[in-house]
Amino acid sequence: MPHLEVHQIDKRFGPFVALDAVDLGIQKGELMVLLGPSGCGKTTLLRVIAGLERQDRGRVLHDGKDISNCSPAARDYGIVFQSYALFPNLNVSENVAYGLKNRRRQRAALRHRVDEMLELVGLPGSGDKYPSQLSGGQQQRIALARALATAPDLLLLDEPLSALDAIERVRLRAEIRSLQRRLGVTTLMVTHDQEEALAMADRMVVMKDGRIEQVGTPQQVYRNPGNAFVADFIGRGNLIEGERVGPHHVRSGSLLLRCAQELPPVATPRLHVRPENICLHHPSDTPENSFFGQVLKCDFLGPYTLVTLQPLNGVAHNLVAQFSSNYLQGREIHPGSLLRLGISAEHLQPLPETAR
Amino acid sequence: MRPGASTAVLLALRRAGWRPDLSGPLLLLAAAALALFLLLPLGALLLGSLRDDDGRWTLQNFTAFAATPGMVHATWNTLWVAALVTLITVPLAFLYAYAIQRACLPLVGFWRLVGLSALLGPSLVAAIGFIQWFGTQGVLGFMLGEHSVYGPIGIVMSTVYASFPHALLILLVALATVDARLLEAADALGASRWRRFLTVTVPAARYGLISATAVVFAYSVSEFGIPKVIGGNFPVLALEVYVQTVGLQNFGRGAVVALLLLLPVLLAFAIDLRVQQRQQASLSERATPYQPRPDWRRDAPLLLYCGAVAVVMLAVPGMTAYTSVIAFWPWDLTLTLEHYAEGLAFAGVLDAYFTSLQIATLTALFGTPFIFLTAWLLEKRQTSSGWLSAAVRAMAALPMGIPGLVLGLGYVLFFNSPANPFNFFFQTLTIMVIVTVVHFYSACHLSAITALKSLDKAFESVSASLKVSPFVTLWRVTLPVCLPAVLDIARYLFINAMTTISALVFLFSPDTLPAAVTILHLDEAGKLGPAAAMATLIVLTCAAVSLVYSVLTHYLLRHHQAWRQIKR
Repeated sequence: MPHLEVHQIDKRFGPFVALDAVDLGIQKGELMVLLGPSGCGKTTLLRVIAGLERQDRGRVLHDGKDISNCSPAARDYGIVFQSYALFPNLNVSENVAYGLKNRRRQRAALRHRVDEMLELVGLPGSGDKYPSQLSGGQQQRIALARALATAPDLLLLDEPLSALDAIERVRLRAEIRSLQRRLGVTTLMVTHDQEEALAMADRMVVMKDGRIEQVGTPQQVYRNPGNAFVADFIGRGNLIEGERVGPHHVRSGSLLLRCAQELPPVATPRLHVRPENICLHHPSDTPENSFFGQVLKCDFLGPYTLVTLQPLNGVAHNLVAQFSSNYLQGREIHPGSLLRLGISAEHLQPLPETAR
Repeated sequence: MRPGASTAVLLALRRAGWRPDLSGPLLLLAAAALALFLLLPLGALLLGSLRDDDGRWTLQNFTAFAATPGMVHATWNTLWVAALVTLITVPLAFLYAYAIQRACLPLVGFWRLVGLSALLGPSLVAAIGFIQWFGTQGVLGFMLGEHSVYGPIGIVMSTVYASFPHALLILLVALATVDARLLEAADALGASRWRRFLTVTVPAARYGLISATAVVFAYSVSEFGIPKVIGGNFPVLALEVYVQTVGLQNFGRGAVVALLLLLPVLLAFAIDLRVQQRQQASLSERATPYQPRPDWRRDAPLLLYCGAVAVVMLAVPGMTAYTSVIAFWPWDLTLTLEHYAEGLAFAGVLDAYFTSLQIATLTALFGTPFIFLTAWLLEKRQTSSGWLSAAVRAMAALPMGIPGLVLGLGYVLFFNSPANPFNFFFQTLTIMVIVTVVHFYSACHLSAITALKSLDKAFESVSASLKVSPFVTLWRVTLPVCLPAVLDIARYLFINAMTTISALVFLFSPDTLPAAVTILHLDEAGKLGPAAAMATLIVLTCAAVSLVYSVLTHYLLRHHQAWRQIKR
């Protein structure tokens, strides 16, 4: 049974549907990431779970207890916001201790707990500083320490890294991940950054227009996108449409493609392929699923090059291929060149036709 | 139920997630207070205009008013004087604000202070000052030639002086928030200085200009102290309200004129409100502040201009102060404190001064927490129902469009009615404090809201997640962070309570005569010297309070709010 469950949550803001019958379960100790474009309802879902937004319909269960109508204070969670939300007039110690019961007899215990939390987030000895004296990354660490100080059963992170610069973002995301593993605290994080989601999540939820599109581990979501939206939203992808000529074969233009997985029983299945799964062949080789393509555009991006190609056999769409610099080994690709391309049958991913 | 049992129930409820939330009831209380002390008196005014002396329903007051020959004339006078005052004051204040915000002048703080100095005294300071400069015995009387200062000329001059700082305050803010990137873009495109001014500066400040226009126009329409002292026989509506009610005790007629007075003022603020709402959508968050570079071709004329304005700004209260320390203008110029001694003795004026101090202190002491707490409930507690917050917001904005005169008359009609259970309030110090808070509510409410809006919305969410009561967070975080705004509100209330006449003139009893009103009485009795002495005393008090305030806040923020200064 999931540690945190939401059942059939609906939430509207006037005519705008923010959440539409959302169901989700989070296991104890896992880090679940909510990912989606802005306006998809991911932050609203987090705020409903936090009790900061009241759902129009549906239930929230935490550790088997129905908390659907509880005030935020009656729920058991810590929360970290994009803006850090540190109290500017309180120093770091006072911020971290804000949620701890302050009784005279327990002063020493309080101080001990604050020191412990500062140690935990890697900022020991910064207790006397004010938030404005800290960098963005440091402030977010303090916000994390404050959220964890009361030892909450659930940690909610609302785009915690979005306000940080690129280097700090990558560093802190690794820290949050290892901290979460160490404490084993059940965590729900909202982000619009797919790389962040892939790097941090035990499981991730892709949302769009108030609905859940797919739930799975990062590997599952990346390798087997559940539908065209997920395929397009996570990483780059190419769609190939064709005519079904067998349980594993599709004809697109004059090209016959074999797909390792069984195709859905529709007349024109759609296949998905990641740019990095398009490979180069020697012009004279003719393995299965190979074809000629003309280079339209090259974008050199450092570790890899993105190449936009026009297949020469009637495949309707242009394809984008990604070749790592290592793979090309100094070979230059120019617009206009003709390349022999191939896609292995295992990398052709049929998309279900239902979710549109 | 035994106390133990009820505690157990309470604990069980709490465990089940129930938390008593006082925010809703508190907001309801604030709404009730505002309704009682703002809406009901205005309603009473409306009803009062529809009843005759015996309490029967009638339009007699309106027909009688329309039939009175002088009234059309007074209405016309009120409007054209207000229009002229607005046309003069707003450009003057705009240029002055431009000089302060957009040029590199020396002593910017000094120019700002002098520009705003008229706020420290009652408007009567201006009337007395201009009488002494341009009156029949005035030093500069010859400059007016055939014309007399007693009449429209004096009214316009005095009102321009008195309303100047109100326009300046708004325009200083409007010009401070212009986006430097637009000016740089204009420079990069090779726009001339004049074109840049017309295409970037003025449009960017247009909302401020509209606000300033509304404020000055309303100020002029509702001001009656100035026409009373310097207006001679020139009839205007505000004065008519005063004459009808305080003079002739004809409250029905007074209510009609007050309603007429209310129309243009409410209209001005309704337009302003609409424009301001549109502004919020158009203001870019990424605007960068502008740093002017020295340029003598711009700075030198502006410096001269500031100097000229400052001379006038100082000459007017200076003359009033001078009048208060000489024996008898212009024949006996020996320096004396006789007016102060006599003034203080006459008609219990010393008591009046202490009454005003008391009113001002109480207004600041009780008004500030009420206004701030109400704004906090609106801004930071979403638990309250939508219509209630909307109602409170509307009531908080309303006083801006209600002349003090109208409010005061409404109070008389409402609280003086024997049928009113709150009748015991009438003519007490309490009601005078309350009417002053209500009269100056809107501006204070606005600064409280602005200060609260600048705080991260997530503070409340974080506190809730940490199971800390919102009231604890208000005390430990919100209030300390908003402290400068709170102190500003207190000072604003104090000074305005010290200098205002308009609402209080209807509400005092012999025991609660406020100082600013005595100026009116002394002037009526032909005692210009003591009147000037009282005016000067009020100005000095307000100046002293401002000074103490500045020193105190500086000390407080430096020593008890060290976090403000510390930067990485």
